[in-house]
Amino acid sequence: MLTVALFVPCYVDQFYPQVAFAALRVLERHGVRVEFPEQQTCCGQPMANSGCASDAAALAEKFLRVFGGYDHVVAPSGSCVAMVRRHYAALVGDRPGVDHLATRTYELCEFLHDVLRVTRVDGRFPHRVGLHRSCHGHRELRLASGSERMVEPFDKVKTLLGSIDGITVVEPSRPDECCGFGGTFAVAEEAVSCAMGRDRILDHERAGAEVITGVDMSCLMHMEGLLRRAGASLRVMHVAEVMAEAGA
Amino acid sequence: MGHPQSAGRFLRDEVRARRHDQSLWWVRQQRDAAARRVPDWEALRERAEAIKAHTASRLGDYLEEFERHATARGARVHWARDGEEHNRIVHGLLAERGARRLVKSKSMLTEECGLNPYLEARGIEVTDTDLGERIVQLDGRHPSHIVMPAIHMTREAIGELFHRTIGTEPGLTDPKALTEAARQHLRQKLLAAEAGLTGVNFAIAETGGLVVVTNEGNADMGTALPPLHIAAMGIEKVIPRFEDLGVFLRLLARSATGQALSTYTSHFHGPRPGGELHIVIVDAGRTGLLGADGFRRALQCIRCGACLNTCPVYRRSGGHSYTWVVPGPIGSVLAPSRDVVAHQTLPFASSLCGSCSDVCPVRIDLHDLLLRWRQEIVSRRVVPFGRRAAMRVASLVLRSTSLYERVGRLVRWGMRVLPRRWVAACSLGWARQREWPVPPRESFRELYRRTNGRP
Repeated sequence: MLTVALFVPCYVDQFYPQVAFAALRVLERHGVRVEFPEQQTCCGQPMANSGCASDAAALAEKFLRVFGGYDHVVAPSGSCVAMVRRHYAALVGDRPGVDHLATRTYELCEFLHDVLRVTRVDGRFPHRVGLHRSCHGHRELRLASGSERMVEPFDKVKTLLGSIDGITVVEPSRPDECCGFGGTFAVAEEAVSCAMGRDRILDHERAGAEVITGVDMSCLMHMEGLLRRAGASLRVMHVAEVMAEAGA
Repeated sequence: MGHPQSAGRFLRDEVRARRHDQSLWWVRQQRDAAARRVPDWEALRERAEAIKAHTASRLGDYLEEFERHATARGARVHWARDGEEHNRIVHGLLAERGARRLVKSKSMLTEECGLNPYLEARGIEVTDTDLGERIVQLDGRHPSHIVMPAIHMTREAIGELFHRTIGTEPGLTDPKALTEAARQHLRQKLLAAEAGLTGVNFAIAETGGLVVVTNEGNADMGTALPPLHIAAMGIEKVIPRFEDLGVFLRLLARSATGQALSTYTSHFHGPRPGGELHIVIVDAGRTGLLGADGFRRALQCIRCGACLNTCPVYRRSGGHSYTWVVPGPIGSVLAPSRDVVAHQTLPFASSLCGSCSDVCPVRIDLHDLLLRWRQEIVSRRVVPFGRRAAMRVASLVLRSTSLYERVGRLVRWGMRVLPRRWVAACSLGWARQREWPVPPRESFRELYRRTNGRP
């Protein structure tokens, strides 16, 4: 039986435990043994994106210590995985095991799609769902072809979502525009961040979505915050929650 | 004032901000459609990137080769270390010939050098002949976009400006009528000009020729009548061979506006009979980028503006919210190399979504370079102590699992029991327009431990 280490991003651990449990359940349902190494904390992305490289490097080292021994690390987050895969080399590239870790750390849907070769997610989710393509998973992990690139179209997350019975995946008019979360950007550029988030929500609303889903809870937290302030009925759910609920 | 403040101000006019976003998104869609029609678009981008990278690796040789061949064709080449020297050379050329009326076609370099005010202070009338650039000139401002200089203005505002400055009837908003009025106005300026200045899109080392692309033909008209043509170019504009030109021309207009080719692609190989051609090659900080290992790729830029059009931050904040003449992602990469303190907010004016890097026709990894600048800015201690200290404290907490767990519990407890106002005050603006998530009593790991992973 395949064993994976589950990495739960720090803010998911603190604010969205149900998302981590959903990811855990989805993995187990696909026949994987899941371990949760309890020494884990944060991948260091907030520090790295703020330019604080040495502060980020210390956390990258910790991450390497906690997860370096596993053959598969899976996280319900595209941006944390992008941090490990694309940015650890520049921070702790001289440490043994970094390359192994970088190639063996997966975003949840990517793991299902590429490693487990899942083509169909069992269950039923009879709702209209808008897929928010969080940027780092989308463009740094290449979970989909992307609207900018002139390559053969593909979309791993949409393929999995679309395979659930009863689901309708609706397309916003701008398929992969950023929601404006951007980590510290959300507070450093608060005005632009919120304007971007509102535009994204409006686009999903116009497409007829009842639920906005995505691979990153951080983007969804930002949009959820705007939605709740506006008193809107549109909900956000992590893609792991959609899959878990479908299969329940 | 930094980018966040200016952007906030721009967004206050919601109608205009929305129109700005939508106009530029439309241009981005035009670009997508045009790029899709080119087989092997991605291979073309790679080719362009390779040519630029190769050129940068021996830039000095190619510039000297260009100078040799341009000189052999009868042009005169001048070298300027910075904007000031560039302005002095241009003024000298005009003054020696007693020319007092200069027409310019589009040149972001002369904006960068501050040429217009320099010449105007010395009694020379400068007229920008690109329609958009003329509009912002009449308005006393800088271009807000490198390809569409007046994209920040509505036609109503342009109608008002024309009424005030070139005497059109009040209330004119029809784009055709406004363009016609500008055409008549510019025609007079072009006919009376004593010298013409153009920018340069490509300088071909192998032939000594210059290529300028415009949609209005103003580069041709501005250089066909007056006896003196001055061409101003940055050192990064040189390409090795004539056959390389096709690679860039196929990418440039498609990336910029979605046109297969701009309306005019003007080749200047030496001065026209009876005229003079002077080429001013400007460094102005570019060799600094060339020498800085990580940032060299920024010199590959062909100024198509695609990264501006696709940037969700640029579209919602307008070009004037950037503290440098070149706005958007590429401007935010270039500006700190000139003055890291003055432009310190620019590398942070990005959500690092990466769309710019994927849309760039010469594959500059713009969002990675923005991140790199953030590191530079922090390591040079330009960022205020408070922000650096906050990240240090967060990092120290997260290095210790038990400390992280205790702080997490404390924060969630505080968010549940403290007055909303206090929590909002601690949230650095998060809660101004957004709610916080509702903190659960137990974190994932607490639940996981308590229930053995089966809650």
